[in-house]
Amino acid sequence: MSREKKTVWELERFALEIRRQTIRELHSLGSGHVGGCMSIVELLAVLYGERLQVDPANPRWEERDRLVVSKGHAGPAVYAALALRGFFPLEQLETLNRPGTKLPSHMDAQKTPGVDMTTGSLGQGVSAGVGMALAARMDKRSCQVCVVAGDGECDEGQVWEAALFAAAQGLDNLTLIIDQNHLQLDGSTDEVLSLGSLEEKLRAFGWQVLSVEDGHSIPQLRQALSAAWSGKDGRPTAVVLNTIKGKGYPAAMRGPNHHMIISDGDFEEAMEALAQEEQRLREREEAAGCTR
Amino acid sequence: MYQIAERYPLDGAEMREIYCRTLEECMEADPAVVALDADLMTPLGIAGLWKKRPERIFNCGIQEANMVGVAAGMAREGKKPFVHTFGVFASRRACDQIYMSCAYGGNSVCIVGSDPGVASALNGGTHAPNEDIAILRACPTMTVVEPADAQTLRCLIPQLAALPAPSYLRLFRRQRPRIYPETETFSIGKAKQLTQGEDAAILACGIEVYEALEAAARLEQEGIRVRVLDLFSIKPLDTQAVLAAARETGAIVTAENHNILGGLGSAVAELLAEECPVPLERVGIRDQFGQVGPMDWLMEHYGLTAGDITEKVKRVIARKGKK
Ligand SMILES: Cc1ncc(C[n+]2csc(CCOP(=O)(O)OP(=O)(O)O)c2C)c(N)n1
Ligand SMILES: [Mg+2]
Repeated sequence: MSREKKTVWELERFALEIRRQTIRELHSLGSGHVGGCMSIVELLAVLYGERLQVDPANPRWEERDRLVVSKGHAGPAVYAALALRGFFPLEQLETLNRPGTKLPSHMDAQKTPGVDMTTGSLGQGVSAGVGMALAARMDKRSCQVCVVAGDGECDEGQVWEAALFAAAQGLDNLTLIIDQNHLQLDGSTDEVLSLGSLEEKLRAFGWQVLSVEDGHSIPQLRQALSAAWSGKDGRPTAVVLNTIKGKGYPAAMRGPNHHMIISDGDFEEAMEALAQEEQRLREREEAAGCTR
Repeated sequence: MYQIAERYPLDGAEMREIYCRTLEECMEADPAVVALDADLMTPLGIAGLWKKRPERIFNCGIQEANMVGVAAGMAREGKKPFVHTFGVFASRRACDQIYMSCAYGGNSVCIVGSDPGVASALNGGTHAPNEDIAILRACPTMTVVEPADAQTLRCLIPQLAALPAPSYLRLFRRQRPRIYPETETFSIGKAKQLTQGEDAAILACGIEVYEALEAAARLEQEGIRVRVLDLFSIKPLDTQAVLAAARETGAIVTAENHNILGGLGSAVAELLAEECPVPLERVGIRDQFGQVGPMDWLMEHYGLTAGDITEKVKRVIARKGKK
């Protein structure tokens, strides 16, 4: 599976579609972890759109890049990306959280094709990603292991135990992406447990650290992930994304958005906003002289 | 559907409201009472109180093990901490801190684990504590309680605060049927008998008490009279009441929203095997992981309904007197 080259426009369209499908999926259920799903949509578009070497026809392909979404409550967004990438039919998204589903609210590698690690208890996915990177190095596989963690998740001591160990092992096949949306469940990270500078902490722990000023900017994400994948200097890499929790779901901007009831009105409003966004993207692309 | 619905109507207040209100009363009465949480104050409904009393209530962030360790240190210095997180994280992520820093170290902390068993519903298998009673019951000096209604909860909180050793409160957060009048009092270690009967006894805790009462009502229509005991105090167990039920009915069914391994059913089985062996059937999750689904569906899936209890009662009665 060689890496496909995509245009920014294509990736932006992909992000838009992930967002649309995620909101549909959550609306079909009536509630869910909207905030944490929305903040990683563009990241997922770049990962599944071009960065991760994966094979939807063979989800367990040995040489694939691994993705551990340690903030397991973002499952619905990952499922939308996987479905759009062809791991399973789009219609399956409507089984989210239904009895007997393969798409449970928190990610389950034993149930969902394309999910590499079961997560849901915050912090554990970071350690698991470190273990996968260590195993890949032992087996001399050239694949990369990518972990996505929440900023609130970084409250867990386990995250820092994993960070120390990964650096001590020199796991340069490991990338930890932190979704720094400055919010956790009970409020802002400053109110609940101030994290200070994650960048400085990780650097002090021996990691190579990159910051993405706008974690919803496709070009910025591409550049950072490309650097993370290629920067082989014996250190694990952390990428800190500055994101907006609930991004792209208008109702999420009006109050607490960690877990939300998704009313029909809020859903319609979001679909309308996405339709307008789609129109804007199209116009911008046409103005740029693209024939698509 | 439920015959007993009128007799035991849903309580107007959610269990979490009762929890927060009673904890606040305890704080007012005793300056040593403090509360800690791990970024789950919103689901517990205690975020308002946190803002009101920041000198007594602490949000540790998402770090359960540290939270319990900190609470143990506070207890060492005379504080009476109540720490809350979901039951899975309370019992599993902070297990060693509960065991060593709290119990072994002789420091009294009340651990509150919410969303027991199938109450984890749409959060799914990662969030379903089906083994928390088993884990904590195996820890010496621990008290383990699971109230069936708001009145029980209200009475237990001050008692937990006063205990000399750590405790685990298994807390259902939402509304429950009102089983007891507001005048009812409870003591840790003493079961409550809810119905009379000599054909069999159902020993239940938590949400299963209501199911047991419904099962008893249905069985009564068939002429089968069962004694229902609310074993809200799982440890210490009311051995007298359990043994009396075994001797006087000769057939026991246990019912719990938990794995049948290590929970209430096990506690009862251990006692009966040693002191008064009688036929026993256990209603509970049969050594399976949790999964996502609405709570009603999960109760049916895992066999926790009044109908399941009714069947087990008939089966256990049929076994009476047989070798
Ligand atoms: C160990 C553990 N403790 C508590 C929770 C409950 N919980 C789920 S999400 C969440 C907040 C997560 O915040 P953050 O990591 O910042 O994620 P995001 O903002 O991206 O949603 C909490 C406390 C959990 N899933 N795991
Ligand atoms: Mg966050």
